[in-house]
This record gives sequence, C-alpha cells and structure tokens, in this order.
Amino acid sequence: MSGATTVSEYQATHTVPGRMGIWWFLASEIMVFGGFLAIYILYRMASGGAWAEMANHVSAPIGTFNTIILLTSSLTMVKAFEAIDNEKRKQATNFLLITVILGLAFLGVKAFEYSSEIALGFTPLSGTFWAFYYALTGLHGLHIVAGVIFNASLLVMAMKGTLWPNTQHRVEYAGLYWHFVDIVWIFLFPLLYLSY
Amino acid sequence: MTEQKNAENGHSEELSFWRKYVFSTDHKVVGKQYLFIALFMAILGGVMAYYMRWQLAWPETAVPGAGWIPEPTAFGGIIPPEFYNALTTMHGTIMVFFVGMPFLLGAFGNFLLPLMIGAKDMAFPRLNMMSVWTLFLASLVMIASFFVEGGAASAGWTGYAPLSADPIHTGVTWGLNLWILGLALEFTSFLMGGINFLTTTITMRAPGMTMYRLPLMVWMQITAAVIFMLSVGPLIAGAILLLLDRTVGTGFFIPELGGDPLLWQHLFWFFGHPEVYVVLLPGFGAIMEILPVFSRKPIFAYKTIIWSTIIAGALSFLVWAHHMFVSGMDPRLAMPFSITTILISVPFAVVIFAFMATLWGGSIRFTTPMLFALGTVMTFIVGGATGIFNGSAPVDIFIHDTHFVVAHFHFTLFPDVFLGGFAALYFWFPKMFGRMMNETLGKIHFWVTTIAFNAVFIPMFVLGLGGSMRRVYNPLQYDFLKPMQGINEFITYAAIVLLLGQFIFMFNFFWSMFKGKKAERNPWNATTLEWSVSYPIPHDNFATIPTVYHGPYEYSLPGNKSDWQPQHEENEPVSG
Ligand SMILES: [Cu+2]
Repeated sequence: MSGATTVSEYQATHTVPGRMGIWWFLASEIMVFGGFLAIYILYRMASGGAWAEMANHVSAPIGTFNTIILLTSSLTMVKAFEAIDNEKRKQATNFLLITVILGLAFLGVKAFEYSSEIALGFTPLSGTFWAFYYALTGLHGLHIVAGVIFNASLLVMAMKGTLWPNTQHRVEYAGLYWHFVDIVWIFLFPLLYLSY
Repeated sequence: MTEQKNAENGHSEELSFWRKYVFSTDHKVVGKQYLFIALFMAILGGVMAYYMRWQLAWPETAVPGAGWIPEPTAFGGIIPPEFYNALTTMHGTIMVFFVGMPFLLGAFGNFLLPLMIGAKDMAFPRLNMMSVWTLFLASLVMIASFFVEGGAASAGWTGYAPLSADPIHTGVTWGLNLWILGLALEFTSFLMGGINFLTTTITMRAPGMTMYRLPLMVWMQITAAVIFMLSVGPLIAGAILLLLDRTVGTGFFIPELGGDPLLWQHLFWFFGHPEVYVVLLPGFGAIMEILPVFSRKPIFAYKTIIWSTIIAGALSFLVWAHHMFVSGMDPRLAMPFSITTILISVPFAVVIFAFMATLWGGSIRFTTPMLFALGTVMTFIVGGATGIFNGSAPVDIFIHDTHFVVAHFHFTLFPDVFLGGFAALYFWFPKMFGRMMNETLGKIHFWVTTIAFNAVFIPMFVLGLGGSMRRVYNPLQYDFLKPMQGINEFITYAAIVLLLGQFIFMFNFFWSMFKGKKAERNPWNATTLEWSVSYPIPHDNFATIPTVYHGPYEYSLPGNKSDWQPQHEENEPVSG
C-alpha cells in the first residue's frame, strides 16, 4: 500500500485511513438503504391484496438476469483486486474492463425494463408499490452509475498505466463500494420482484 | 488520498491567497470557516426570533426593522401569518442545522480534533474542504428559499406531513423543495465531516495517545459523529420520498393516495432525538475541557463520562416516539417510550454530577470561559429536568405543543450551543486568532446573556402551562390567552435585551481579533496538546509529532510543584 509508510510515521494504528473512511461511508449508506427498506416493508405489511396485484406485473426473469449480471461483476471486481495484489497489471485492467461493461449492462437492462413498464402504463403514480419500485431501484441505479464512473476512471488510469504505483489501492475501495451496491440489490431483488 | 497528503505535508512553496484562506485544506482554516458560517447564520436566526417575538407581544403591528421586507412577504413591517409560519420553521432549521452543528462540530471539531490528538491534519483534508463548502452551498440554498415564489418553507422545522407533502396546504412550492435540498446538502456535509473525524481519531493519534488519554472533547466529537451517521440515514430516505411526493406526485405521506403521514414523524424523530445529542455532546465536550482547567483539578470520573455518553447515545435511538404521544400512533407505545425517556436521563445526570464533583474542592478561577461553562451546566439542568415532564406521556398530553415545550428545548439547546459555544470560543480564541478576548466585555456579555435568557424562557414555562400553543400566530385571538399577554410582552422585552447583548460579543470578537492582547502559547496553563503549539500554527501543526505520556487532565498532582502536567511532557514542566 503506497503512501502508507509516510502515514505510519505518526500513525497510532496500522489501519489505512482510506480503507477506514470507506467503511464509515458504507456504514452511513447502510442506514440510508436500511431505513428505506424498513419503510418499504412497513408499507407492504400494512397493505392488502392491491399490493400483490400491482407487484405481479414486474418481470422476475429480467430481475433474475440483472441479479446474475451484478453478481458476476462483483466477482470480476474481486479478480481485479486480486490481480492488483499479485502485480498482474494486464489482468487487472481486463477485469476492470469486464466490471465496467457488466455495470453498463445492468443499467441497460434496467432502462429497457423501465421503458417496457412505462409502456404498459406502470409509472411512479400507479400506486404505492410502483412508487416504491421506482424510488428504490432509482436510488440504487444512481449508486450503480456512481460506481461505474468510479470504476471507469480507474480503468482509464489502468490503461494509461498511471494507476501504478500510487493509486492502485483505490481498486480496493472501489471494490468495497461495488460489493455494497451489489448487496443492496440482493435485498431489493426479492423484496421488489417476489413481493406478491 | 495518501498521495495528495504527501504533497500537502511536504509543502514548502507559498500557497496562493485562494488556497490559503478560501479553498484551504488546513483543518484550522476549515474550522474557522465553519465558525463564520455559524455566526452569520446565528444572526439570521436571531433576527427571525426578534420578528416572531414582536408579533407575539404586539400582534399585527409594524415590526421596527422589518419595513424593508417587500410585499407580499410582509406589509410595511407587519408580518402576515404565512411569513410568521416561515419564520418559525426557518428559525428552528437554521439554529439547529446551520448554527448548532457548524459551531460546535464544524468549528471546534475541525479546529481542535487534529491538534488534540497530535496529528498533522485530518485524514482526508480535501474531503474536509469539501464538507465546509457543501455547508456553504446548503446555507445559500436555505437563504435563497426566502426569495422564491411562495416564500420559504413553513411546515415547521419538523416538516410534518401531509402539511409538507402537498403544496396546497401551505402555498409554499419551491421554498420547501429548497428546504429539503438544503438539508440534504447539510447532512452530506456533516457525514463527510463525521467520516473524517472518526477516521482521523482512530488512525492518526500521536504515539502514546491511547483512546483513554484522549481529551473528552475528542470523545464527544466522535460519539456525536457516530450518532449522526447512524440516525440520519432513514430520514434521508424519507426526505427522498417527501420530495417525490412534492414534485412527482407520489403519495408516500398523503393519506388520500394510500400514504402514511405518521411515518414521516417516526422518521423525523428517529433522527431528531439523536440529533439533539449530536449538538449537545460537543458542547458538553467543550465544558469538559474548561471545567478542569479553571478548577485546577482532574475531571471527575473520566471513563464514566465516556461510557455514560455512549450509553445515552445508544438509548437515544429508542426514545423518539416521546415526541408523538398525541400524534395518533398506537397508544400502547406511550408506556415503553416514556420508560426509555426517563432512563436516558440517568446517564446525563451522571455526567452532570461528574461536572459538579470536578468543581468540588477545586481552586476555581472565574474567567469568562469558566463563567460560560458554569452557566451552561446550570441552565442545562433546567432543560434536562423539564425534559422528564415532556417525556412522561401523562404530563406530555397536557403540555404537548405548548410553549412549555418551546421553553424546555430552548433550555437544552441554548445553553449548549450558545453558552457552551461561547465558553469554547472565549477559551480557544487565543489558539485560533493568537490574541485574548477582552475579559471585562466577556463577563458583561455573560451576565447579560444568561440573565436575559432566563428572563425569556422561565416565563415561557408559565405561558405553556397556561395553555399557550406554540406556533400560534396571534395569541389575542384566544380569550383564554388574553390575561397572559403581559407575559408575552415581558418575554419580548427580555428577548430584545438578549439579542442586543450579542453586540457586546460581536464587538469583542472582532476587536480582539485585531487589537486584543497578544496571547501566550498556553495562557490558561492547560495540559492538552493544542496548547503545546504556538500561534500562528503551521499548516502541519507539529514540527515533530509529540509523544504523549499523560492523561488529559493531570492538574494539581500530589508531589508536583506546578499544578499542571502537559500531556506531551514526560516530567513536570520546569517553568512552573
Ligand atoms: Cu426527543
């Protein structure tokens, strides 16, 4: 971990500040999504059959497909980090590229899904379930967008070769964030697609 | 982040004016920027309080000094009900989020935390700079909301739905959207700050600075950061939903559309109660530094204080529904939330007793910071004790939404933010600006502020017990309130004295900054690390990182000739 030596000259612990900062950031994100999901579950429990009727119209196959895309991208992100750790630059660059492509694929599928739902008349104003559906997947989607931008910036640096020797540890931070967004989706998928 | 830190630590080149004073990554400059934002916003909040008080004492007469406000916000200085509602809303929002937090966490947290733990800067200096500029932007958004069509938010500082969820109720359109946006930016700013505080404290303490050697100010700052981080998330989610209700037309909080307005109250107070501790703890942290210095005694029960505040912080997540006893929630919840509320007073009572025990038998020096610190404790006790009234459902049902509640929370937040904040400012001013503030003016400021404050809010308890509703526009509309109008007038006179008294402070603050007596390195003979560096403190604080040998409050040690033992000196100081 470059830079760590200068920091540790006066450091009390050996934890790298960047990594700890990411963890605190994720802790606050957990509270945002945790609160959001708690609200959603409260509404779901308080509502009756109308909800099930609405929730029946989301496409579980598309959701499943997107889940697989996102899980795969988490795996390639781990591979990228592993390659960084083993000083395999070419391999790291390739895995970053696949991760970015999979992130974009997720967004593409999601956009297709939105447009087909809107075409069928299911908008955020079509009832409480749909309002939640768009709010939750929208917020999650924005997190994916942020993640793709961050990952892509690392990819560009990796391709130019400027990622080394000072900034490669950012792949680890990007990975932690990317896994978090992935885990949020793991909660969203059954709650939204299988809630009837 | 590390590579940029190296560049910054190894700075020898002259920084431009902009990088040095405006877009600075130096935690000390950032802290001062927070300070100025807080003081500026405090003036705004104070002026709003004055307009409201005038309206309550002499309803629907022209307010002197409000003639400049254009129609239709006000009419020749006469404040209409819509503007009055905006004033109550924005006064609360500004004082809690744009004064309390920037003053106590932003200014003193940033300025002191790296110095107190013996670090060269925050862990993420650029994030730190971003946090203060995000707050600056948030402040601009809040101020701008007064100037948009329909005026500023007027659904109360709590923004209760459905009042806030649909513009038809208040007539406020963009004002409330900007209110949500401004709060969102403010939350972001303090989340960034909190990440920095926590990471810095955990990873960058000087050698020998164990967690149990940290000054209590640092403990209070990081406890507040954790509480904020864990409580604000659900409200952010709720705020997104509220904004969707207002802009897209969803009905999350609108009953006609299948929504649940009560949920907003749950989300708001799940955050709102912990939030008062976010503001409270750093103010108490300042007191915890000041009491030992001017008693020349170690603080009483150091570890008990730490654990009491952590327990109180944890309990603060379990008390929120005490704000909702008359809201229509399930009445079976009243009992458990009354019990947790009464329980939470126990750790705070422990802290207050620790303060008193610190003073016991000490050789007390009544300097200005000490006066303000003692004033904080004395007035806070009233606020804390009346909180037990509000927190017990049977009593609360009688006094809910009356001026009793308003008096109560002003008795908790005012001593903490202003008396505690002033204590901190008078105390650390020499370290921030290299000069001493004038003691005589400081003492006059203290007595005017404390006496006027009590004259405002003690009668307000009486008003509340008499049934006077908070947020009421014109008390003379109600026959049963007419006999108490004299109290309202008295309160307004006292409030004007309270506000005018702050001119003493403002004069002292700016005059001392340029003309005050030059401060010595350690004017109060204090032990903590920030007093080991001389003004002006360089960007990287310590030429060599100090080694810490002692706890933070080693005063009047038996066998020592001098009555203080700096944390970074192995043996007692020679210049005793
Ligand atoms: Cu409360």
